[in-house]
Amino acid sequence: MGTLWFWIVAVMLVAYVVLDGFDIGAGIVYLFVARTEEERQQAMRSIGPFWDGNEVWLLAAGGTLFFAFPLLYASAFSGFYLPLMIVLWLLILRALSIELRGHSAEPLWRTFFDALFTFSSSLLAIFYGAALANVVRGVPIGPDDYFFLPLWTNWKPGPHPGILDWYTVTGGILALVALAVHGALYLALKTEVDLEQRARNFARNATPVLLVLTLAGLPLTVLARPHSLDSYIAHPILFVIPCAVLASLAVVFLATRGRSPLTAFLGSSAYLSTMMVGAVVGLFPVLLPTVGTAGRDITISLALAGPHTLHVGLVWWTLGILLAIMYFVIIHWLFRGKVPRHADGYGH
Amino acid sequence: MDALSLHRIHFAFTVTYHYLFPQLTMGLALLIVVLKSLALKTRDAKYDVAARFWARIFAVNFLLGVVTGIPMEFQFGTNWSEFSRRTGGVIGMPLAMEGIFSFFLESAFLGLFLFGEKRLSRWMHWTSAFLVFLGSWISGFFIIVTDAWMQHPVAYRILPGGVFEVGSFWGLMLNPWAWLQYAHNMCGSVVTASFVMASVGALYLLLRRDEVYGRMFIKLGVVAGVLSCILQIFPTGDLHGKYMAKHQPAAVAGMEGLFNSERGAPLVLMGQPDIEAQKIDNPIVVNKVLSFLIYGTTAAEVEGLDQIPRDQWPTALPLLYYSYHIMAGLGTYFVLLMAVAAFLLWRGKLFTARWILWPILLSFPLPYIANTAGWMTAEIGRQPWLVYGLIRTSQGYSTHIDASTSLFSLLGFLGLYAVLSILWIVLVYNFIQDGPQAASQDAPVNGSKTA
Repeated sequence: MGTLWFWIVAVMLVAYVVLDGFDIGAGIVYLFVARTEEERQQAMRSIGPFWDGNEVWLLAAGGTLFFAFPLLYASAFSGFYLPLMIVLWLLILRALSIELRGHSAEPLWRTFFDALFTFSSSLLAIFYGAALANVVRGVPIGPDDYFFLPLWTNWKPGPHPGILDWYTVTGGILALVALAVHGALYLALKTEVDLEQRARNFARNATPVLLVLTLAGLPLTVLARPHSLDSYIAHPILFVIPCAVLASLAVVFLATRGRSPLTAFLGSSAYLSTMMVGAVVGLFPVLLPTVGTAGRDITISLALAGPHTLHVGLVWWTLGILLAIMYFVIIHWLFRGKVPRHADGYGH
Repeated sequence: MDALSLHRIHFAFTVTYHYLFPQLTMGLALLIVVLKSLALKTRDAKYDVAARFWARIFAVNFLLGVVTGIPMEFQFGTNWSEFSRRTGGVIGMPLAMEGIFSFFLESAFLGLFLFGEKRLSRWMHWTSAFLVFLGSWISGFFIIVTDAWMQHPVAYRILPGGVFEVGSFWGLMLNPWAWLQYAHNMCGSVVTASFVMASVGALYLLLRRDEVYGRMFIKLGVVAGVLSCILQIFPTGDLHGKYMAKHQPAAVAGMEGLFNSERGAPLVLMGQPDIEAQKIDNPIVVNKVLSFLIYGTTAAEVEGLDQIPRDQWPTALPLLYYSYHIMAGLGTYFVLLMAVAAFLLWRGKLFTARWILWPILLSFPLPYIANTAGWMTAEIGRQPWLVYGLIRTSQGYSTHIDASTSLFSLLGFLGLYAVLSILWIVLVYNFIQDGPQAASQDAPVNGSKTA
């Protein structure tokens, strides 16, 4: 039961990264690939009906984590207090920039909200990457199963880590580039003419950078947390996951050279998914590893909620997620195809 | 200030601010469905124009509800980690269900409702409005289930380590407290939306502009308003109060300022609670009415605070008393105002009776105050418990988060929310100034063409 819920939460987080990833990524590259007012409106309209629903995956995954693994929720959310508050503020600023841009008649204010959109999207990507790197690296859990991390200490992973050190910052930059590519490919898929062209060029040029960062990620992870390969060494078949990561990057690389934007976008979705799955497999069955000796790892069995809660949860979760998938299929089908250059969306 | 107080203020402030938005969202979603239904039925374009106008306000309001709502879910973990660790197996369930059953529905169909009018049939557009309404009301339900479990914990099992889990799914969902509170709360939400709509209508009529829409808004606002205001007091408020008297006598005694148990207890209309002397100063009372309201007979004995151990008294007694009295007082005023307006509407005199249009225009902030005071009554009345009778508030907060860390993020939210308030006011003011027709002038000619 614990393993099942572990994967349920993991899959929901993957869904969040792939889905909200494309609109966050579109935000990262927005200022650079969408130059004219018309193009910026086009970019905004391409994510308009979706970004809010994409963000719901974060809430739904958070809620599921809360009820399936209460101890992990309590420990991790309070331990990561400072970065979480910053993430909340960034989410607020980002939502405001999207909404208010559409309500501003003055070009001056639109430019300001454009900059705010790219700024908050970029920082969010960096924080998400750093957050995942923090979980992979481990945190100094105390005897009471709680911890509290400062934003930074000596920038080294060691026994007194901060949220930011060389390893987690690398993770943040990797996430920034990965989501930028993902977002650029989404824009290339959904927009036309110059914007489409520039987005595709951006993705094409950034993919080699992403490859270098991804290749560097593995040895750096082993350096930051020597045990991170234990699962892989015990079950060598799992090495198929890093191979899939590289294969999906190859797909992105080739598809951006050919003219198949959908393949490229699916490739980067596969890249993000396999990267996440690779990290999660390395953790299993630990949810949050500890560094130092004061406390213990927070494992699935330690954090798991009561049996009846989980049994009941499985019933409504299955039903609810099927409904949610249905909604996503409906709206993506209704808003399928490219966003035209000339149209006024009302409300946003 | 100590860490516990700061964590409490942190949550209290952010949740109070957050609820300013959903209370309008939920009620307005219903009124928009009414407008869309009228459009379908009468085929009169003015109802579609009106729905578009309110959809603009709805969209901004919804967005602010979303962005101020995300911090609420996070805060259970960040500031109330012990509470989360012990009760996540219960309250995590309705919170997760809210995300999965409500937010997905709401966000998907709000996108469709706002962006899809030109590519959907009239029926499909009505359906998307209806599903947004449904999603927002489901969301309210799961939040109330969560709160109701803290107010009146049912259907749980205690596991080793003081951890709770759900003992019965239907027991949790059918908690009587939840249904009473839900009914009362949703009426309150419709009251807010009705007052806001009637207020905008009154503004247009007083300004003698957009009078077609002014009359439409005030008519719908007053009809929905008079119904919801009456339902708010009877039966929802009445039943909720009686149930509360049975299960939280300390809270009811504090709300009513009843220090000593009494047969034929009086209803205190006004006065200040004096904790030292344990009496109400300068009281204006109506004899025996409290006993009647709770038990249906003037002779019944109502339990006062003297029956309750001092360490289980609500911790902020005067605040509880004032909140409750403000809520009840405003509720009474709402019924009076809306009844007079409804009478004038029936006699066909409302649209020109400027003496009543003015108070309708100016009363829109009052339901916000009443709803806030109502929530304060519920949550302050629950003190000193976090989960009534099971976990004290002092046992639930994140002890390893320093007081000043909590203060830091509280200040951050105060600043950011001040900005949100300004933006909300500017945007909504502009929408109202632009008038109902403006929202339709920039409606999409054709959304985006299909592949």
